[in-house]
Amino acid sequence: MAGRFVGVFRQISTVNRSLARVSGDHGLKNFFSTTARMDFGKYLTYTVKDGIAVAKFDEKDAKVNTLNRGTMAEFQEVYKEITNNPNVKGMVVISGKADCFIAGADINMISDCKNVQEATALSRNGQDMFNNLENMKIPVVAAINGSCLGGGLETALACHYRIAVNSKKTSMGVPEVMLGLLPGAGGTQRLLKLLPFQTAMPMMLTGKAYNAKSGKKIGLVDHVVEPIGVGIKSANENTMEELEREAILTAKGLADGTIKKPVRSKKGLNKYIDMFASSRLGNIFWEKGVKDAVMKQTKGKYPAPLRIIEVAKTGAQQGPRAGYEAEAKAFGELAMTPESKALVGLFNGQTALKKNKFGKPEREVKTLGMLGAGLMGAGIAQVSIDKGIDVILKDVTTQGLSRGEDQIIKGLDTKVQRKKITSFEKDQVLTHLEPTINYEHFSKCDIIVEAVFEDLKLKHKVVREVEQKIPEHCIFASNTSALPITSIAEASIRPDKFIGMHYFSPVDKMQLLEIITTDKTSQDTAASAVSVGLKQGKVVIVVKDGPGFYTTRILAPTLSEAVRALQEGVSPSKLDSLTRGFGWPVGVATLADEVGIDVAAHVAEDLGKAFGERFGGGNINVLRDMVTAGFLGRKSGKGVYLYQSKSKKRPENTEAKAILDRYKLDPKPGNTDEDVQYRLASRFINEAVMCLQEGILANPMEGDIGAVFGLGFPPFLGGPFRYIDLHGAKQLVDRMKKYHDWYGVAFEPCQLLLDHAKDPSKKFHTR
Amino acid sequence: MAFLSNFPKAALQIQLKSAGARCFASTTTQSSKSKKTLAKPNVRNVVLVEGVRTPFLMSGTDYKDLMPHNLATKTLSGLLKRTGVDKDVIDYVVYGTVIQEVKTSNIAREAMLSAGFKDTTPAHTVTQACISSNQAITTAIGLIAAGQCEAVVAGGVEFMSDVPIRHSRKMRKIMLDSSKAKTTGKKLQLLWKAMSPAVWTPELPAVAEFSTSETMGHSADRLCTAFGITRLAQDEFAMRSHKFAADAIQAGLLTDVLPYKVPKVAEYITKDNGVRPSSLEQMSKLKPAFIKPFGTITAANASFLTDGASACLLMSEEKALSLGLKPKAYLRDFVYVSQDPKDQLLLGPAYATPKVLDKAGLSLADIDVFEYHEAFAGQILANLTALESDEFAKKFLGKSAK
Repeated sequence: MAGRFVGVFRQISTVNRSLARVSGDHGLKNFFSTTARMDFGKYLTYTVKDGIAVAKFDEKDAKVNTLNRGTMAEFQEVYKEITNNPNVKGMVVISGKADCFIAGADINMISDCKNVQEATALSRNGQDMFNNLENMKIPVVAAINGSCLGGGLETALACHYRIAVNSKKTSMGVPEVMLGLLPGAGGTQRLLKLLPFQTAMPMMLTGKAYNAKSGKKIGLVDHVVEPIGVGIKSANENTMEELEREAILTAKGLADGTIKKPVRSKKGLNKYIDMFASSRLGNIFWEKGVKDAVMKQTKGKYPAPLRIIEVAKTGAQQGPRAGYEAEAKAFGELAMTPESKALVGLFNGQTALKKNKFGKPEREVKTLGMLGAGLMGAGIAQVSIDKGIDVILKDVTTQGLSRGEDQIIKGLDTKVQRKKITSFEKDQVLTHLEPTINYEHFSKCDIIVEAVFEDLKLKHKVVREVEQKIPEHCIFASNTSALPITSIAEASIRPDKFIGMHYFSPVDKMQLLEIITTDKTSQDTAASAVSVGLKQGKVVIVVKDGPGFYTTRILAPTLSEAVRALQEGVSPSKLDSLTRGFGWPVGVATLADEVGIDVAAHVAEDLGKAFGERFGGGNINVLRDMVTAGFLGRKSGKGVYLYQSKSKKRPENTEAKAILDRYKLDPKPGNTDEDVQYRLASRFINEAVMCLQEGILANPMEGDIGAVFGLGFPPFLGGPFRYIDLHGAKQLVDRMKKYHDWYGVAFEPCQLLLDHAKDPSKKFHTR
Repeated sequence: MAFLSNFPKAALQIQLKSAGARCFASTTTQSSKSKKTLAKPNVRNVVLVEGVRTPFLMSGTDYKDLMPHNLATKTLSGLLKRTGVDKDVIDYVVYGTVIQEVKTSNIAREAMLSAGFKDTTPAHTVTQACISSNQAITTAIGLIAAGQCEAVVAGGVEFMSDVPIRHSRKMRKIMLDSSKAKTTGKKLQLLWKAMSPAVWTPELPAVAEFSTSETMGHSADRLCTAFGITRLAQDEFAMRSHKFAADAIQAGLLTDVLPYKVPKVAEYITKDNGVRPSSLEQMSKLKPAFIKPFGTITAANASFLTDGASACLLMSEEKALSLGLKPKAYLRDFVYVSQDPKDQLLLGPAYATPKVLDKAGLSLADIDVFEYHEAFAGQILANLTALESDEFAKKFLGKSAK
């Protein structure tokens, strides 16, 4: 490969500079003709090749590059170096890591800020650094391969030309909004300048990321480089060398005028929209176009998108100076909001859970036996074959099996339509599926997941039947939402291989997997189950067995309280709007219909038995009567609401209302809408804390992740534990005291919650 | 023959007495050592009696109004005339082709019938991308070695001047349904469906791999980058190939070429028209053909899309000798290999060369002449680079060194 460089760049002068040691050794420049590079810097290296300076981000001992104080300091040095070197005619900004350009700003750096001023200063630093880059007299080319997110994309945006590798790993976007922040290093200003209003705003408001090809289409990328395969060197090395070569040639071409920077005049309708949006008359675009949509989606619970709109608008209407000022100020303020802290906490939790805390399992799971091809079973099969796990999908009837296979094909076809995979790759994925109605090949299985009907006797029968067919090492996992795993495992001859894997429907969309271990479950069994979940792309929490485990257990009292509210005369749509107003993504009445009234009744009954009066609230007979009347929820067309196959409208079910009227309760005097919201939330949160107190949960982080990703607890509150850390336990306990007076034991705060209320310095999370 | 299309497989035949240089071949001469006997116990010797071909023309030139079987017919009849072998002697005919003319999908049969072969002689057609005609030859070797046949004609034909362009799937459906539509209402319904412009968009035959959707030229360019093959090296190699071909034509060495008479074209076609020696300076002016603007493969260092056909006569050694024919070569061994269709699509020779040598119990030093037929100069160089590399041998060939 060295030959290529000899051929293309006859004279390569390499300047190696230690960037970590910022001393005045300017006299030590090496102008030797060599292709060898010595990597001095801790965060980036700098060489000059044929008159083009190549600044290479490559943080030592880290998998990804992030923008942190060290990177920024070294980058300043490189900048000085280049501006002082008259021989440099152009510059390339590239990464030394094949699948990461810059993954974003170092989140800990932001979390460490103690006040608004510190965070604002951080933003200003970034702005200054990128303004310097943008204002360089020589052409600057960003060469992107892999993740180029947040601060990474802001770096690339400050460059004059962007080339990107057409690989699945290349992803360009500004996901700050998902952390309750905004792109604080000029991103809000540059994106809007570069891209049409209609593209830039959704990008900032949703965090949508683009790959190289779609990036080229929208104008984010100027040139696409095809990835190179393996040669004598690895595919990654070859691709990075080619990217660098093309970036250098581009920089040279831009410097000598043989390559022209494409003039990106915004065309057609976009031109006028942008013109209006940046004039005083264009408020309609900001208000109606984006703000209304944001308010509709977020109910105003998330400050970040609103500030993004405000900052972008300031820049568009009052010019860059005001825009940058507003951006830094808003960034600083957002960084200190509880919403941002909650979202950052979730992000950190998600990252931490990518690691299997049980270590590597003794043997890799290659074949999964899936019992039941219903909605759940087919969903689990789909996410497994998608990741290369062979799945034997078994159902009792060919009709059921065929329906399940259709569900899988439809799911994969959607991915083809969205260009996530090619139709050829879809065929390859489907090859991993073996649909069957008998146990013929079950001797190959490494894990069994059963998703048969929720009936203990049936499950026992299945366990006994299947354990005859599977090899000794094979794990048996039960996908149940409420039956205790210990009870199901009673039928097993290998209780150490028995575990619970509680998936959430629809499996291909819901990120959470709750794994349940019993006292007898072995470490290796847990390790295997977690590794399967991680392979399926799930966020995996591991909890101890108990009635309702964690997620079902904290949902049950909430649903019970919802029934009580309905009995008190709150209409289903009112209840939905109250819960959505609190921040739940799905209203609780709708949720009951989605889960299924029969399932809810089942759970309420089982958990009611286990936990007694504390789980009371609504009258259980309400659910029972509804089940008897056939109001099972969405699946039966009637539940709390009525579902018509063609219409999107869901009128309230008057017959269900009649049942509720039979059990009518008088609301307590002084009960406000807010009280309804907090009655639901406080029981949810209290039960979560109790799960930690009882050791069902291993730690608060998993509790937060489970509540948010499995049940939709408002993300901006960060989960029940983060909520208490940020908003205090005392206010919640005070509210519960009031409700306790009204309703009794259901609102008794648990000891751990009381401890936190008593001592506000106590926190569930250390950061 | 240099075809368009793809190389999921590559084969290499060792011919100890090579039939001489052909167009666009790479030849590497090694010092000659003592010859080994490669005859295998209990396997019949298979010999090449004769081979002929039409001139190879760039598609869209003088052959453009013909049909592909016309070219194949010419080589079949020409082969018999040249060897003087009676058509009764031929037991079987097999042809290779890449893009099929749908009217003559078993083109071997159609061509041999028009060439006046016996209608009781069976024939079939094979396809395996660029290696199709070699597949025809090795099929023939197998038939003879297995004792099924004594004399087989194997050949290849490709006709890029006219490729099957189809109506869209939607339109095809409308057309097929129209034969079933009996009522006026149904017919009008179909007519209404045909009003959409999407229905009228034709489907061009994919010049891309089905599995990766990548064209061969694009893949070749990436391969050159992967092995660090420069534009200059490619241009130099292509220039060398063109020069060799031109010299061979000049010296009258291409005795396999049959003159072809195209109706209404005054002159006989006697020469390949794509051999165009040029200068490095001229070649360096061309822009890359596939990966723009920094790619290295251009029209000048790649082969052209071709129209042409060939045929050769293979026999068991006894049969050839009994008919008083002098074998031109003994066909001893062959292998086919396959690799990753994305990144190693065009890397067949690097895998096949050591494999076939090992199989035959030979080393590089035993071979006087290697002949590779590939579409891109850079591809040959990439393969040679891989063969030169210990790293590559260790990583991909399971060998300790090259």
